[in-house]
Amino acid sequence: MNRENVARRLFLSAAILSASVTVLILGFMVVLALPLFKQGLFFEILSQPWLPDSSIFGIFPMIVGTASIALLSLVFGFPLSLGVSALASTFAPTRIGFLLKKTVQMMTGIPTVIYGFVGVFLLVPIVREMFGGGSGMCILAASAMLSVLIAPTMILFFSESFENVPKQHIDAVDALGGTPVQKFLYVILPGSWRGILTGVVLALGRAVGDTLIALMIAGNAVALPSSVLDSVRTLTSHIALIIAADFDSLEFKTIFACGILLYLLTTISVLVIRVLSSKTRGMP
Amino acid sequence: MIKALKFYTGVERIMKAFTFQGIMFGVCLIVVALLTIVPAGAGPIDGFKGQQGTIRISGGTAHIPVMKEAAKRIMTENPEIQISVAGGGSGVGIKQVGEGLVDIGNSGRKPSDEETAKYGLEHFKWAIDGVGVVVNPKNPVKTLSRDQLKAIFAGNETSWRALGGQDKMINVYTRDKASGTRAVFWKKALDKGVITARANFVVSNGAMKSAIGNDPYGIGYVSVGHMDATVAPVALDGVVPTLDTVKSGAYKVARGLYSNTKGEPSGLTALFIEYLFSTEGRQIVMEKGFIPVR
Repeated sequence: MNRENVARRLFLSAAILSASVTVLILGFMVVLALPLFKQGLFFEILSQPWLPDSSIFGIFPMIVGTASIALLSLVFGFPLSLGVSALASTFAPTRIGFLLKKTVQMMTGIPTVIYGFVGVFLLVPIVREMFGGGSGMCILAASAMLSVLIAPTMILFFSESFENVPKQHIDAVDALGGTPVQKFLYVILPGSWRGILTGVVLALGRAVGDTLIALMIAGNAVALPSSVLDSVRTLTSHIALIIAADFDSLEFKTIFACGILLYLLTTISVLVIRVLSSKTRGMP
Repeated sequence: MIKALKFYTGVERIMKAFTFQGIMFGVCLIVVALLTIVPAGAGPIDGFKGQQGTIRISGGTAHIPVMKEAAKRIMTENPEIQISVAGGGSGVGIKQVGEGLVDIGNSGRKPSDEETAKYGLEHFKWAIDGVGVVVNPKNPVKTLSRDQLKAIFAGNETSWRALGGQDKMINVYTRDKASGTRAVFWKKALDKGVITARANFVVSNGAMKSAIGNDPYGIGYVSVGHMDATVAPVALDGVVPTLDTVKSGAYKVARGLYSNTKGEPSGLTALFIEYLFSTEGRQIVMEKGFIPVR
């Protein structure tokens, strides 16, 4: 057997191993959540409130918490990212654009605990004093911090897709005497919507999956939120907080319902990205 | 480009896994690299002389200061011994020691008969600790009746104004179910009353202290041994939770601090537990704000 064959087999087995781990994790969660399915409790859990004293272990408030934090962080993060990437790839001089992009790339490496820490000591007191009432640990604070976390993902994807707009199109606008703003609005933006969407889906996935920021600054209350100043618990924080409960309890099993939900959400977003990017590749 | 991004998120996930553990379990591994000269003379620490190996400890977060100090002293004298101290809460401690993941599982409550029987646990109660209500030092409210406390934690009393404070909403902080501190507070201070679903959750005694220290309108509960100038104790029915009132029995919301092992401890684990009960161990317990027993 020659060396290439060995390498090929090695890589193949590595690929099989890592792919099967992903499948095994899903299998593991489904098996452990089986009692929930058997007792017909799974959908009940998804729709009920969390009242451990009355033996009701629903995760509906956590689903709402996750959704509101993730969506609001997109609302904050999307315009910000669009602006930065437009500046970096179109409006700013090349050197400044390059510097901006390098800075953003560096931001992707910051561990989330740092954001959480900054949130606890800087953002939370500001939110508390500015809006009065409440502890400041709320949807607003967590999603503002989270938007900083997910912005680099969007910025890098956006500027990448801006740069992939065919050069002929851009040259044509320049030849027609279009201003940079016209160029951006009428050529670059329409030409890169798929990349923008991919970035948004990926960012949403990150926002849903992040644990520490929500755990540290969303407050983790189990009540259904009625405003953005209410403290909420996300699915991920819920797993982190309940992991220590008795293994045999129903309370503990709800972790697997959370896990399955998160897994499905991630899978769906990956699939969406796959579909989008395969179409992009087919474009002229 | 996309590959690069995937790499970044991959790296970050790994980092997240680390930091996540850092927060949740508060893993504090202190490795003493210095070779130290074992002093002559008989001390309680001498039992460790010439020994080597590891002791893994996890569980109750109230125990951590004592565990860390004991670990530091033992490891300084005996560089061949490594002791790791993690948090997680009483529930985690009991579970992990029962499943053999750690050598000593700490709990801020006595393990239930069920847990003891299931895992074959041995309990070692080495200190008494109170659980006191705390508010931010800026809060003028420094005394509450039990009924007022229950109303606050149930979410029925929502403003500091009625209690003599500012016209601000009360922010209730509580601990997760794994917490022994919560179990004792709930049973002995709230008489198993309701805790509002609007309460903020924090994951350790330390996190509770920093949450209350940062929130001028917050109220929570923390181990008396952990109280310091960043938080202000609140008198419950006229009794301020302090070391002295817990010791005299005047302050009733108290519990034992336990270290649990699976079966009779042996080797280094036995030595460590022996050390906690020695003169030096009791000294550490006292220094950290608890009342040593036996």
